[in-house]
Amino acid sequence: MRQKVREWAVALGFSLVEQTKLVTAASELARNTFTYGGGGAVQLEVVSNTVRLGLRLTFEDQGPGIADVELALKDGYSTGSGLGMGLGGSRRLVNEFEIESRAGEGTRVTVTKWK
Amino acid sequence: MERIPILKMGEFLLVSIQVDMHDQLALTLQDDLTAMITRTNVRGVLIDISSLDIVDSFIGRTLGDIAAMARILDAETVVVGMQPAVAITLVELGVSLRGVRTALNVEKGMDLLRSALSLAAGGEANDLSTA
Repeated sequence: MRQKVREWAVALGFSLVEQTKLVTAASELARNTFTYGGGGAVQLEVVSNTVRLGLRLTFEDQGPGIADVELALKDGYSTGSGLGMGLGGSRRLVNEFEIESRAGEGTRVTVTKWK
Repeated sequence: MERIPILKMGEFLLVSIQVDMHDQLALTLQDDLTAMITRTNVRGVLIDISSLDIVDSFIGRTLGDIAAMARILDAETVVVGMQPAVAITLVELGVSLRGVRTALNVEKGMDLLRSALSLAAGGEANDLSTA
């Protein structure tokens, strides 16, 4: 998954630092999907607004959902054994960050990095 | 099982991570390194991460844990060769690797380990002379 994100980011002409940020964010979010969501799917898409291209990643799981999204985004907060930096940290590494979660239904995190 | 090789050179252990670091591999390295420190009685560990093109919070935490465990086992750890883009990303992610000694490259890392150990040895000698 990391490799795919890297390939797409390179193809879109992202700088090395921007590639690294995006791949790192993807790694954090994939771990959440796997560890807390019980596995799921990642979708990559190239998006564009009127002036620039971007890469959008969507992580979706059918896990238990996040009870308190605001709390989950806080640095250092974790219900597992992690550092609690994944969600809040990956938000800082991208330009747009959206999270939708329903108790008992699952979680969808969508991040976009613009070139 | 996939493993990262650990080389013993004199009083140091050397690790160069040349593969994509997934979570289980990081944990295996942690186990192998702590076991090897105890078995070989080394005083220093050098971990080269110049081939790693990302360090996420899990790898960051594992590096910190390795350094803390090594310290308890009386060995110093230095992490060398972090790519600039990785350093920028780590800090923005919020993982600052507090408690982990770093150096720009293997050579500087070896110097750092040697001076840390000779300082420690000097300290012990002084303690003896005053005792």
